[in-house]
Amino acid sequence: MIRSIRRLAVVFGILMVAILGNLTYIQFVTAAQVRTQPGNSRVLLEEYSRQRGPILLGSTAIASSIPTNDQLRYLRQYSNGPLYAPATGFYSVVYGATGIERTENSVLSGSDDRFFVDRVQQLFAGRGVKGGAVRLTLDPKAQAAAYQGLAGRTGAVVAIDPRTGAILALVSSPSFDPNLLSSHNPSQIRKAYDAYNADPAQPMLNRPLAMTLPPGSTFKLVTAAAALESGKYTPSTEVPGPAELPLPNSTRSLKNWSGTACGPGGKTTLQNALAVSCNTAFASIGMSLGADALQAQAEKFGFNNSFTVPLRAATSRFPSGLDQAQTAMAAIGQFDVTASALQMAMVGAGIANNGQVMSPYLVAQTLSPELEVLQNAEPTPFAQAMTPANSAALLSMMVSVVDQGTGSNAKISGVSVGGKTGTAQTAPGKPPHAWFVGVAPATPGQAQVAVAVVLQNGGGAAEISGNKLAAPIARAVMEAVLGR
Amino acid sequence: MSAPSSTTAPPADVPRYRQPTRRGAEGGLLVAAFVVGSAAYLQIDLAVLGHIDAGSFPALLAVAALLLVLHVSVRVLAKYADPIIVPVVATLNLLGLAMIHRLDLAEAVRAQRNGTPVPAPDVNTQLTWTMLGVLLFVAVLVVVRDHKVLQRYTYTSLFVGVVLLLLPLAPWIGATVNGATLWVRVAGLSFQPGEIAKILLTIFFAGYLTVKRDSLAFVRTKVLGVELPRGRDLGPLFVAWFVSLGILVFEKDLGTSLLFFGLFVSLLYVATQRRSWLVLGAVLFILGATFAYFAFGHVRLRVDVWLHPFGDEAGNSYQIAQSLYGFASGGMFGSGLGQGFPQLVPYAKSDFIIAAFGEELGLIGLMAMLVLYGVIVERGLRTAIACRDVFGTLLAAGLSISLGLQVFVVVGGVSRLIPLTGLTTPFLAQGGSSLVANWIAIGLLMRVSDTARRPDTDVVALEDAPTQVVPR
Repeated sequence: MIRSIRRLAVVFGILMVAILGNLTYIQFVTAAQVRTQPGNSRVLLEEYSRQRGPILLGSTAIASSIPTNDQLRYLRQYSNGPLYAPATGFYSVVYGATGIERTENSVLSGSDDRFFVDRVQQLFAGRGVKGGAVRLTLDPKAQAAAYQGLAGRTGAVVAIDPRTGAILALVSSPSFDPNLLSSHNPSQIRKAYDAYNADPAQPMLNRPLAMTLPPGSTFKLVTAAAALESGKYTPSTEVPGPAELPLPNSTRSLKNWSGTACGPGGKTTLQNALAVSCNTAFASIGMSLGADALQAQAEKFGFNNSFTVPLRAATSRFPSGLDQAQTAMAAIGQFDVTASALQMAMVGAGIANNGQVMSPYLVAQTLSPELEVLQNAEPTPFAQAMTPANSAALLSMMVSVVDQGTGSNAKISGVSVGGKTGTAQTAPGKPPHAWFVGVAPATPGQAQVAVAVVLQNGGGAAEISGNKLAAPIARAVMEAVLGR
Repeated sequence: MSAPSSTTAPPADVPRYRQPTRRGAEGGLLVAAFVVGSAAYLQIDLAVLGHIDAGSFPALLAVAALLLVLHVSVRVLAKYADPIIVPVVATLNLLGLAMIHRLDLAEAVRAQRNGTPVPAPDVNTQLTWTMLGVLLFVAVLVVVRDHKVLQRYTYTSLFVGVVLLLLPLAPWIGATVNGATLWVRVAGLSFQPGEIAKILLTIFFAGYLTVKRDSLAFVRTKVLGVELPRGRDLGPLFVAWFVSLGILVFEKDLGTSLLFFGLFVSLLYVATQRRSWLVLGAVLFILGATFAYFAFGHVRLRVDVWLHPFGDEAGNSYQIAQSLYGFASGGMFGSGLGQGFPQLVPYAKSDFIIAAFGEELGLIGLMAMLVLYGVIVERGLRTAIACRDVFGTLLAAGLSISLGLQVFVVVGGVSRLIPLTGLTTPFLAQGGSSLVANWIAIGLLMRVSDTARRPDTDVVALEDAPTQVVPR
């Protein structure tokens, strides 16, 4: 019997190996993918059992976690929810996380690999494991000014520091309250979420980043840049500016808002064409430069590129393969040209920063749970869109827009301000989008802020709406940044 | 050649060889078991509550007393028995108590949060059953002074065992829990008689095979050139097969059914050394399993869930999916005792306690625990080999095999190596019947081991002794 018992022992040995092998497969080989399946509520419980780190502006927390008595041990609170919602996003038990809460989750939740040592220390010190903090680039005053300016309207504001690409303001209106979506009451969360979703004003749409609209006359900045960069134009070059420009291969013609010519004899200078926002002038400049030159210039400013700031911004478009008529329309920011507020702010920033466009970013610093700096944002150039000389010329053209042209409402006393208005036509019968792009102070390489304001279907019927509605908001934001 | 008889004392100048009892080693290992168990217990308190629970020190005191009782009783009643089995069993039993305590605390925390009354802790009940188990372990050592006595009760064991197996089907007292008819309920107390039946049937198998092993091994008929056992010798195998199927059909208990059949076939093989029995058993198993798959919805369901654990997560595969999440979340090192979420797995205290350990102790901790089971089986089979009588060998082998099979079926089930069945994890899982029955089985194993290692006489050291005839 001894032999058969020995054999049986071998069989048990094999069974043991099978069990241990299978456990190794489950707990080691495939563990990571199994435990992250949505059916595993541990992931959520664990995340909520750690104190999530705050989202900071300077030293003020705009999102922080406070201890509670329920099973999810920490509640996420937003001190000024709707104001910062486009940046922070929400942190929901039901719908997951969005915004910075999502993109910086590994730091905020404390699961980032860089925290390994902290976690071990906290474990041995018997302290609860905490998450790290994220400091944003937003300027509270600029943010508040933009939000106040947009109050009651539908639109977006983005302000950028032209020298670095740091985003100073990121505002959407109307906005939503992330507190309502980040509570611990699933039915309340669902109710709020459904209500926001059903709202025709789309309060959860991240307008400054995710909404792209025809940029209208603000795109003339890009066309002007292309003209200067071509070497065939200077600000004083004489350009055609008739009251009406017939479009090639089309029965339609293109008119100026005023219905009159932009200068005596249907001629004007490039500088004056920008100042009075002359459609026929820029359409004909666009046609003579060609669609490819416009596209190349637009792409140097960031069109047809996607940016993660680290929130993903919608790609602004300049279509390719345009015919002459389409090129004429595209040159004044119509046809299929679309841009986000972020993109138009980048155009202004590039012109103000000696032609160098910086990649936009929203996270200034990531910090450990003890608020030691883990990583500082490093400003990185995106592209050299223009030569410094040309950008300086264009910048002074922008100043004349504000000083003598259509952008008069952006004036700040004692500071030179550059800008460009825009009014983009949409579907017939619908009010146009009012745009304004501004930079201040308008000193090459020393501008502290570039701002883009867009009011969705917000304008009246005329070119003046960009100046009337959008420019004051841009001025308020620029004043806030400059400390005026 | 004058062999010294047991009555003749060896010459005074010859150094006496004394068979070591290893009781000191056992005592040391029991202390280690206590240290491991109480460390787990206290860590759980600190991790979950932040302070030591009021009930923990009394519980640990009771545990210490039980370990002392174990040590003293073995020292007195089974002096030569294997020194490793009891400490290993005690370690597992203590870890089981600790995990049940941990899940109690999770329920208490939850109840406090919801403002509902805190349920009575299950660990107290389990501790009471542990005491009863240890008591019966001692009783076995007291009552059964020689395991060969049990051979006289071969057919009595069969009869009582079958009656116990059938008891849950009896009207009035039988009860069905979670689909399986395994329980007997009398006067508010419930019990799974199948657990005791398991031991009685092991005694029966051992006794029966001791008598019949020769004819089962050597009498063969040739059918179409293949040597097969005679038809009349095949009878018992078929009886075991039908009984197993009966359990499956009427009590819907896949695990017990599998365990009985596997145990019987393994013992047949041990007794006869004939592999043909294994082949026959395997054929019958495949037939039975195929039949069960097509005939019974609940078996089919188990197989479906086994193949697609995340297929119906909200419904039928909820348990196994939660169990797998537990294992996966534990990963290599585990969350640490008291720091995971083992309460998310249904029946975490009983059927799925292995998943709870997998989550909190990780792969490494779980492997260590499974090796402990391996050690028990190995020491049991070693006892079987060392035993000098056939009945004792078969009994020790049978008890070890049934423990080993049970652990394989349970752990394999909750970790999705094989389809899930309804067996309890020996010594760990909540459930009095299983705990008590397993302690009785360990008592019997210790008795056989004591007999096997006990010197017949006080023999003199070999090099000094005259040639002797070894009695057989």
